[in-house]
Amino acid sequence: MNARGCLILVSIVLAFVVLRIFFGCFFAVYQTEQVIITQFGKPVGEPITDSGLHFKLPIIQEINRIDKRFLEWDGLPVAIPTRDKTYIHVDTFARWRISDAKTFFVRLRDERSAQSRLEDILGSETRNAVAKHDLIEIVRTDKDRKPLRDENLKNVPTGLGTIGVLPPIQYGRLKIEDEIKSKAAGKLAEFGIDLLDVRLKRVNYNPDVLDRIYQRMISERQQIAQRFRSEGEGEAARIAGQKERDLNEIQSTAYRQVQQIRGEADGKATEIYAHAYTQNPQAAEFYNFLKSMDTYRKVLTKDSTLVFSTDSDLFGLLKRASAKPQALPPAH
Amino acid sequence: MTNQPPAIQTFQMPHMPRIPVRTIVSIAAIILLIILTWTSYYTVQAESEAVVLRFGKFLKTVEPGLHFKLPLGIDEVTVLPTRRQLKLEFGFFTPGYTNTDQPAKDVAEERSMVTGDLNAALVEWVVQYRIDDPKQYLFDVRNPAQTLRDLSEAAMREVIGDRTVDEVITIGRQDIEVSALARMQELAKRYALGVRVDQVQLKNVNPPAEVQASFNEVNKAQQDRENAINIANGDYNEAVPRARGQADQAIRGAEGYRFKRVNEAEGDVASFNAVLAQYVNAPEITRTRLYLETMGDVLPAAGEKIIIDDTMRNLLPILPLNKGLEKK
Repeated sequence: MNARGCLILVSIVLAFVVLRIFFGCFFAVYQTEQVIITQFGKPVGEPITDSGLHFKLPIIQEINRIDKRFLEWDGLPVAIPTRDKTYIHVDTFARWRISDAKTFFVRLRDERSAQSRLEDILGSETRNAVAKHDLIEIVRTDKDRKPLRDENLKNVPTGLGTIGVLPPIQYGRLKIEDEIKSKAAGKLAEFGIDLLDVRLKRVNYNPDVLDRIYQRMISERQQIAQRFRSEGEGEAARIAGQKERDLNEIQSTAYRQVQQIRGEADGKATEIYAHAYTQNPQAAEFYNFLKSMDTYRKVLTKDSTLVFSTDSDLFGLLKRASAKPQALPPAH
Repeated sequence: MTNQPPAIQTFQMPHMPRIPVRTIVSIAAIILLIILTWTSYYTVQAESEAVVLRFGKFLKTVEPGLHFKLPLGIDEVTVLPTRRQLKLEFGFFTPGYTNTDQPAKDVAEERSMVTGDLNAALVEWVVQYRIDDPKQYLFDVRNPAQTLRDLSEAAMREVIGDRTVDEVITIGRQDIEVSALARMQELAKRYALGVRVDQVQLKNVNPPAEVQASFNEVNKAQQDRENAINIANGDYNEAVPRARGQADQAIRGAEGYRFKRVNEAEGDVASFNAVLAQYVNAPEITRTRLYLETMGDVLPAAGEKIIIDDTMRNLLPILPLNKGLEKK
């Protein structure tokens, strides 16, 4: 290798070093982060929160990027007994933010250790809060809410069982979440962490108690089903009774009206006849006579045996032609 | 290996000096220019907006179209589909999604819930949302879509936890959608997600498989009830209207009887009066005539006729009464 070649090689290396130092003076801070500059591992100055291009000493100063967004913490599901000894699985999540980057950096350095600290603190606060309350306090939120009632179930008595009823609560889920948050927030503030919110994401029965829960649900439903069947039979019986009642009413009313009308008719006819036959004595006498004649016609049939005396009106002439017919007597 | 190097030398030596340095520089410059040009424009699709960062600092948001930027990583562009309706599925997933946040992560866990009357229920739902503040969406929260998933689950459980199993499964669906939407909007705002939750829709809502049969039993019992009532009503409808008709029939019949009786009476009386008027003129002779006429009609029809003298007494013992009686 000749001298010229050496010179070229050295100048290339030098150019690299100069460029490296030049570019090492500048760094970009992203919109989503803040930067802490450390010199031999020790933080220097205040954290840089302004995004854009910034300047530092090359080589001896290092940059440490720290997120300034809201970050997630998704807790592992934990099995906890409630105050009323029901085992449940609780899955919690939280939103947090690094509010004091310097403290955070000094005490935790990176997010991984922050996550495990959050798990410790929030996990134990969640356990404490859940164990202090009955299950219903964790499930329900609004203590004043009145449930809608199914029209079909409105006859099912509300005093019995839990059908269509929300058990009363004193605190509710939001209060418990707030309790966890306020207890944890103080402990996390020491690490430069600002806790925005803690929420119970999932609350589920432990698989071991599910069988009993299902059994209760089934018996509740069966109770409703029996109610429906009994209602159906009761209603059918009521309708059958109504049928009997209506039939009797209709038939007896009709009978009464029929009898009334027929009675009226007979009365009216009797009146008409009586009026005609009693208009004067002669009419009465004539009616008597006519009726007697009619009666003879009806009474005397081919089976009758008639015994006449020659003294009778009809055969009086048979004995003595000269006999004068007597005045005809009314027939018997 | 041993005879290759000389071969390369004999191949390269004649060519290398022929390319002038100028040409190499200008080719390099052209390539650099092409790269710079290539990396200094971008297009934003109609459904999207882009956020531009310069040295990591927010510069501007840009509308759809063709745009220029500074190359070499000075400007960074993130395109967000702000005008597209995005959705998240909970407790189920539809295959063929493009948005990786859309499908349920853990189907069984997501849909199982505890209702306000401490029953278990399986709830599937969909959340429709849109990115409405790209700056917030990108810079204020890490993993905004996952955050939206978490808060949707929390909000839905709050709402379900305040309702009875009957409300959840049948009568309260609308109410649940409305309440959950309001709650999610409130939380999304609190978390500065930069999204607008547009809709919450409940999909399948069922009791757990183990108790499904007893819920069906209730439905069946409800049908049985309707059936029993229908049959009873059928019996009623079969008998009562007919009885009404028959009652009317009897009443009409009685009314007919009334007309008949009265008319007959009036007819009889009219006839009697007419005859009476003539009878009054000659009562004696009329009576005799009518008497004899009657006898004339009656006697031929009678079976036996015995005529005895009025002077005979104690006749009765010898009358053949037995014969007459035997005939009967």
